[in-house]
Amino acid sequence: MEILVAILAGFLIASATYLLLSKSILRMIVGTGLLSHGAHLLILTMGGLKKGAVPLVNKEGLPVSDPLPQALILTAIVISFGVTALFLVVAYRGYQELGTDNMDELKGTEGNE
Amino acid sequence: MNNLVILPIAIPLLTAIILIFFARKIVVQRYISAISMLLNVIVAFMLIQQVYENGVQTLNVGNWPAPFGITLVSDMLSALLVLTTTIVGFAVTLYSFQSIGEDREKYYYYTFVQFLLAGVIGAFTTGDIFNLFVFFEIMLMASYVLLVLGGSKIQLRETIKYLTVNVVSSAFFVIGIAFLYSIVGTLNMAHISQRIAELTEFPGILTVIAVLFLIVFGLKGAIFPLYFWLPGSYYAPPVPVMALFGALLTKVGVYSIIRTFTLFFYHDKGYTHDILLVLAIITVLIGVVGSIAYWDIKKIIIYNIITAIGVILYGVSIATDTGFSGSLYYLIHDMVIKAALFLLIGIIIKVTGTANLKQFSGLIKTYPVLAWTYFIAAISLAGIPPFSGFFGKLLVIQSGFEANEFIGAVIILITSLITLYSVMKIFIYGFWGEAKGYNSEQKISYKALLFPAILLVAVSVIYGFGTEVVYPYISNAAETLTNPDIYIEAVLKE
Repeated sequence: MEILVAILAGFLIASATYLLLSKSILRMIVGTGLLSHGAHLLILTMGGLKKGAVPLVNKEGLPVSDPLPQALILTAIVISFGVTALFLVVAYRGYQELGTDNMDELKGTEGNE
Repeated sequence: MNNLVILPIAIPLLTAIILIFFARKIVVQRYISAISMLLNVIVAFMLIQQVYENGVQTLNVGNWPAPFGITLVSDMLSALLVLTTTIVGFAVTLYSFQSIGEDREKYYYYTFVQFLLAGVIGAFTTGDIFNLFVFFEIMLMASYVLLVLGGSKIQLRETIKYLTVNVVSSAFFVIGIAFLYSIVGTLNMAHISQRIAELTEFPGILTVIAVLFLIVFGLKGAIFPLYFWLPGSYYAPPVPVMALFGALLTKVGVYSIIRTFTLFFYHDKGYTHDILLVLAIITVLIGVVGSIAYWDIKKIIIYNIITAIGVILYGVSIATDTGFSGSLYYLIHDMVIKAALFLLIGIIIKVTGTANLKQFSGLIKTYPVLAWTYFIAAISLAGIPPFSGFFGKLLVIQSGFEANEFIGAVIILITSLITLYSVMKIFIYGFWGEAKGYNSEQKISYKALLFPAILLVAVSVIYGFGTEVVYPYISNAAETLTNPDIYIEAVLKE
C-alpha cells in the first residue's frame, strides 16, 4: 500500500514540477497546489498505512492509526490554503497592473545599467 | 520550566493582534509598536542573563512532558539571536515612522512587522521540528505581505517570484520532515538527536535527509546555488522592509542550518560538512562578484548579504569550538550592521532621489554626520579592527587554518578586501568629489531617520569594542553547539 501511495505522490510532484516550469502564472499556481498535495500524501504515507481504527477514543481499546501525521497534515493544509489564496490574489492584482500572465514578460533590469 | 522563554514570542504576537484594531489611528499604532519593541528588548536581556546563569532554559507548553508536547528551548545561541532580532526590530520600527508613508501605515504595516518578528523569534526559540516549519510560515506569510504592500509594479512582479520559490521550499521542508518522522518517529529536536545517535551506523538515508534539509534551509538562507531569487526580491520593497529582510530572514535559514547540522546530522561529517564547506566558499565568491559588479547602492548591499552568509557557514562547516564562536560572533554582527547599512542607504536615496551611484557625489559637504556614520558602518562590515566585524572573521579564519582548510581561509581573507572595496566605492563616489546630483543649497531634514541608523551603528561599535564582555556569552553558545548532550539533557531531563 505504501508503495502505491508513494508512486502517486511522486507522480503528483512530477506534474507539479512540470507545471511550475511553465510560463503562465496560473499554471504555476496549479503546480503549487499539486506540490502541496504530494507533500501531504507523503506525510500520511511516512507515518505508516497500517490498518487500524479511527484515532478517536474507542471503548474496545482497538489499535488506532497514528494520529500525529494527521495533525501535521491538518496544519500543513491550512497553511498552504492561506498561501495559495494570497498567491491567487497577488496573481490577479499582478494581471491587472502588469497586464500579463506570462513569466517571460516579468523581467526586471533594475540596477543593471 | 520558565515562562520567560515564551515572552519574546508572545509580546509581538499580542501587539500585532491589538494593532489590528487601531488600523486608522496611525499615532496610536506607532506608540504601541515602539513601546512593545522596547519592552521586548528588555525581556530579551533578562532571558540572556537567565540562560547565562542557569544554563539552557526550556518550557514545555501545556505541561506535557518533553517528547510528547511542544518544547520551547532557549540556549545561549537562540537567546542572543532573539536579542539581536528585537534590537533590529526596534530600530526599523523607529525608522518606519518617518519613511514608510501613511498609505502603508493605514494598511496594517506595523501589524505585519510584529507578525514577522513573532515568526523570526519563534523560529529561533522552538525545540520542535514541525513547530519550526509553522514559525517559518508565519514569518514568510508576513514577509510576502510586507513585500507586496503598496502594490507597485516592481513589488507585484517580485512577489510572484518570491512566493513561488518559498512555496516550493516549504513543500520540500514538509517532505523532509515526513522522511525524518518515518525514520525516528518523533518531532522533538532533542529526541530526534537522541534517536539518530542510537542508530549506531549512520545510515545513508539520514545523509539524504541532511542534504534535503540543506536544500530547504539553503533556499531560505540564500546559499549557492539557491541564492538566485534574493537580489531581485530584496530590491523591490521599501527601505525599512528591506532592512528587516536583509537582517533577519536569511539569518533564520542560517540558524536552522546551524541547529540541524550540530544537533541532528553531526555523525557523518566527512560527507555533509564537506558539501557545506564547498558551498560556503562558492557563496562568498558569488557575493563579492555581485557586490563589485553593480553601480546601484541597494544591489551592492544586497550582494554583501550573500557574502556574509558564506563566511558564517564556512565557520559552521569547520565545526570546531573556534569555528562556531567565530560564526556566531559574525552572525550577530552581520544582522546589526546589515540593518544599519540598509537604513543608511535609505537616507542617501531619500536625499538624492536615486540609487544609481553614477548620478550623485559630494554628499559629505552637506551631510557630514551621515557620511561619517556610513564610513564607520562600512569599515565595520569589512572587519577593520577594533570594529565589530573583525573578531568574528578572525576566529573563522583561525579555525580554517587550524583545520588545514587553507584555500577557504585565504579566499575569505581576500574577499574581505573586495567587500571593503564594494562599500568604499559608495563612500568615495557618493560622498567625496564635486557636489552634484542633489540640491546642496537646501538641506533635507533627516535627523529622525538618522537616529535609528546611528543607534544600530552604536550597538555595533559597542559590540566591537566590548569583545571581552561579549565573549563569555558567545563561547557559552558555542559550547552547546559542540556538545549537543547539554541541549538534550536540558530538554529531556531523565
